[in-house]
Amino acid sequence: MLDKLMYYFSFPFVRYALIVGLLIALCSSLLGVSLVLKRFSFIGDGLSHVAFGAMSAATVTSVGLKSAASGNNAVARWITELIDKTNSMVIILPVTLIAAILLLKTGQNTKIKGDAAIAMISVSSLAIGYMLVNVFSASANVAGDVCSTLFGSTSILTLTSEEVWISAILAVVVIGIFLIFYNKIFAVTFDENFARASGVKANAYNLLIAVITALIIVLAMNLVGSLLISALIIFPALSAMRVFKSFRAVIICSALISVICAAAGLIASILFSTPVGSTIVVADMAVFFVFCLISKVLRRA
Amino acid sequence: MSEQLICKNVTLGYEGSAVAEDLDFTISEGDYLCILGENGSGKSTLIKALLGLMPVMSGEILRDSVTAADGIGYLPQQTVVQRDFPASVREIVRSGCIKKCGLRPFYSKEEKALADTNMARLGISALAGRCYRELSGGQQQRVLLARALCATGRILLLDEPVTGLDPKAQAELYEIIGTLNKSGVTIIMVSHDIGAVRFASHILHIGNGKQLFYGTKDEYLSSRLGRSFIITEGGEAEDEPEAPAKTAAPEEKPMSSAAKAAIAAGAGAFVIGASASIHHYVKRGERNA
Repeated sequence: MLDKLMYYFSFPFVRYALIVGLLIALCSSLLGVSLVLKRFSFIGDGLSHVAFGAMSAATVTSVGLKSAASGNNAVARWITELIDKTNSMVIILPVTLIAAILLLKTGQNTKIKGDAAIAMISVSSLAIGYMLVNVFSASANVAGDVCSTLFGSTSILTLTSEEVWISAILAVVVIGIFLIFYNKIFAVTFDENFARASGVKANAYNLLIAVITALIIVLAMNLVGSLLISALIIFPALSAMRVFKSFRAVIICSALISVICAAAGLIASILFSTPVGSTIVVADMAVFFVFCLISKVLRRA
Repeated sequence: MSEQLICKNVTLGYEGSAVAEDLDFTISEGDYLCILGENGSGKSTLIKALLGLMPVMSGEILRDSVTAADGIGYLPQQTVVQRDFPASVREIVRSGCIKKCGLRPFYSKEEKALADTNMARLGISALAGRCYRELSGGQQQRVLLARALCATGRILLLDEPVTGLDPKAQAELYEIIGTLNKSGVTIIMVSHDIGAVRFASHILHIGNGKQLFYGTKDEYLSSRLGRSFIITEGGEAEDEPEAPAKTAAPEEKPMSSAAKAAIAAGAGAFVIGASASIHHYVKRGERNA
């Protein structure tokens, strides 16, 4: 077993996958606590569907541009090269950010409307995304492509070192922002009205939270696929909230759970050749049930 | 006694339509102002304006320099989010210093000490490590009061602080707020509860988008509006807590005297309730005519 692991870890792409996976898990769990407590869990879910739509659009436009630039002249070659180099993130990131801002604005007015808006946006982007891929994609295996975008089956193992760097930088930025604004995020999460009355720009921090969420979702799409991202965000937070009683303990515990589950899931997926995303989510789920039991036992005692 | 906050002919509203008009009152240091009004009378709009969260449509709200700088310590109504929030009492009280922090990411030693002082002041030092969601309603309100005091120890704005508390906890909370007021903290309390009037020094009664009354408590109690409010609200207030009173009864050891008291209270409540309903009936008749 250990030999098998050593063999796999001798490949650089597996090491990349592990590094990126752990970073993404750490970021998503930090934000997850705030999102769950602010009743924003569904925004994460909605955004991940938007990201799927955006990714389909990105794939289609790049295919379209490539075929448009077919030919053997210098310009065509330059365009093809440029498209290959620029990541599809260039399209996905801004679209998801805009969607995050829109969802936040509509979600604040009334609760029911916000719910409906999220459901509407997520379903529409799923439908449009699938349609785009199905109609315009040049790939022979459309079903496989879609499946891997939704459930992130293989993409984490095909990361380039550039993508690892982008993910690493974004993760460091997210963690840095979280640490710097930790007390403000706590204040805004616990009591928005009080925070606003004390002159904290609550809306600005809500926006910050939404923007970081969008960032994390775009990052996490490579790891677990767009349908399973919400699990990465909410499970560690919910597990930690079962047992711990202070905000700081919950944050630290949920970060630990998330990182350990991601590591365990990645390694298990290599050993038993299961899909990466679902394995991580199953690990998160198992931990959640364990923590539920612990909290029951603690309450009895 | 210096004025901390002056409202001069203030009209409040959203997008051109007025919610409350011609509000005209003064809050001086050490005052205990009780703002009364039914739901929808513009109370929450007034709160926002006093906190500086929304602009006035006309007139002006003047603040003295310290109040303008420190703001007002605010005790908002509980939200759904807070009921199952995993946070320790200490963390919540410290978050009251958020304004003093400015852009600094962490709390300074002085701010942490201030939080400790305020927890001691409200008798919740022993709860510092406890989880907020496991506290009783009264304890939770004390935590939020300590947090408000961390923002400023000069002037507090309390939004329906006793809502949802059982009668015993209500009385305790009023007692605590009264003590704070005696130690020099200006109190503005928004309420539709009659118990709030007892400790107040001044009353502001708003209704139908207008200022119905502003003056001292004694003036209010002798005014027609004040008397009718106390009769109607008093009747409801006695009627409502009948169920909680029963659950609270086993706490009192001498059962016979408690039973007697309950019977007396029941009779009293019935009489007051009856007079209140008659009063309502007469009022309705007047309106219809």
